[in-house]
Amino acid sequence: MNIVVLVKQVPDSGAERTLSADFSVDRASSSNVINEMDEYAIEEALKIKEAHGGEVTVLTVGPAGATDSIRKALSMGPDKAVHVQDDALHGSCAVATSKVLAAALRTLNADLILSGAESTDGRVQVVPHMLAELLGVAALTGARKLTVDGSQLTVERQTDEGYEVVTAATPAIVSVWDTINEPRYPSFKGIMAAKKKPVQALSLGDLGISGDEVGFAGATSQVLEFTKRPARTGGAKVVDEGNGGEQLVSYLATEKFV
Amino acid sequence: MAEVLVVVENGVKKVTLELLTIARGLGSVSAVVFGDADTAKLGEYGAEKIYAASGEDVDGYLVAPKATVIAELVKSVQPAAVLLASTQEGKEIAARLAIKLDNGLLTDAVEVAADGTATQAVFAGSAIVKSKVTKGLPIVTVRPNSVTPVPAAASPAVEQLTVAVSGTDKLTKVVERVVEQKGSRPELTEAGIVVSGGRGVGNADNFKLVEELADLLGGAVGASRAAVDSGYYPHQFQVGQTGKTVSPQLYVALGISGAIQHRAGMQTSKTIVAVNKDAEAPIFELADFGVVGDLFKVIPQAAEEIRKRK
Repeated sequence: MNIVVLVKQVPDSGAERTLSADFSVDRASSSNVINEMDEYAIEEALKIKEAHGGEVTVLTVGPAGATDSIRKALSMGPDKAVHVQDDALHGSCAVATSKVLAAALRTLNADLILSGAESTDGRVQVVPHMLAELLGVAALTGARKLTVDGSQLTVERQTDEGYEVVTAATPAIVSVWDTINEPRYPSFKGIMAAKKKPVQALSLGDLGISGDEVGFAGATSQVLEFTKRPARTGGAKVVDEGNGGEQLVSYLATEKFV
Repeated sequence: MAEVLVVVENGVKKVTLELLTIARGLGSVSAVVFGDADTAKLGEYGAEKIYAASGEDVDGYLVAPKATVIAELVKSVQPAAVLLASTQEGKEIAARLAIKLDNGLLTDAVEVAADGTATQAVFAGSAIVKSKVTKGLPIVTVRPNSVTPVPAAASPAVEQLTVAVSGTDKLTKVVERVVEQKGSRPELTEAGIVVSGGRGVGNADNFKLVEELADLLGGAVGASRAAVDSGYYPHQFQVGQTGKTVSPQLYVALGISGAIQHRAGMQTSKTIVAVNKDAEAPIFELADFGVVGDLFKVIPQAAEEIRKRK
């Protein structure tokens, strides 16, 4: 099975994050990491390859610095990577990014596209269904379990109430939550091997996309204002000396919650 | 006045009433309903018109048919905006609509102005962004608990829509829908009160304590990632970076240290209270009221005190 995993480099969610002066996500002053949920997608791809054979390709759209995340992804075990990189991409909205991903995916002929359910920077969750719409393939999103039987895919999709069982035939895109597996740690051998794995660079021109369809020029939405919220400040803190529960309820009563 | 479409995915929920309340500020409200929905309730909150679509072609497949029905409706009525709930499915419908209409979209709004400008809380609730759609009409998904629903009686006429979906809309079949654990508790993202447990709860059995307090307060139960990863509570109740974002009136954090990944899902709550045995736990930096103590002593006493006051 020919599997492509979408990997996004994001600012570390454990550190301070902000927007640049042009209101794009500030990637220069933050430490950038592979989007955590994408590691689960890579793990799932590797498990499917181990069970059914095939090839795993990592696909990233991002600036030059995203190479670090691509090597990190490859060190887990995928065979190769494709990196779409172009200065004109800076400031792209989700719609434009999806069009670029779709164009790159058309060159890769994937049976199965895997992605994280969301990225930790935008948390927008829209890209998998946008790709399904653009490519005319099935989308099985929010997976906590994926079963592959020949060309038939079965997914347990997490919902607010529980889960849904959804099925489709390949080609398809499946997005996964962190409940689906436990990603492997790259081995030393994997890290060394990743340095030699092929990373194909693609520009917008290679994909037949013009610069004004993407970036700020082609954006379908615009940020008007960005303001930091004042940090929350802690209020009263009491040490329980036998009546902590009563004190808690007294507080809740003054706030009219009980 | 132009119509504003409010998408009702699966029955009328609290967030639906919030969407109707916001939509009234943008135009004449039309609800788009899939399957059974309480039309009287929609009228009570200002829906002037109801478009209804149903049938196996909608129910039997994942998301895509709903997006096709809405896209056709948008083309014929030319609404001023489309509002959806910021749920997984709401965002997925919005995603497909944006592509079908070659249109911008904004997700996770907490406020939508009359001109469609949306206010969004970003980066774990640490910053606020105002954005607008610059291509096409505003397609905006709104987070539950963003506004208080306000009734405004209307008598909506119901118009049945013809569902004409293509083969590609039917690629993903829904075989089964399983409700795992719901009971009478409010839905996590919609709840006015959320009581969450973390690693400090210790084991799955002890979560009964968290549930008991939630039930006494009429709230939903949540869990930190540490608690979910340890198998104490199911993932759909996880609050934080890789789980749900909640913004209730009251958030009660029990045995939760308050790592940034957890804060990401709850720090826009109006009031936060915390119980933790570690006086240095970062959760106390956010808590309006904190108790440093053993939650196995503090919570039963609090529960008893609430019962006494009832």
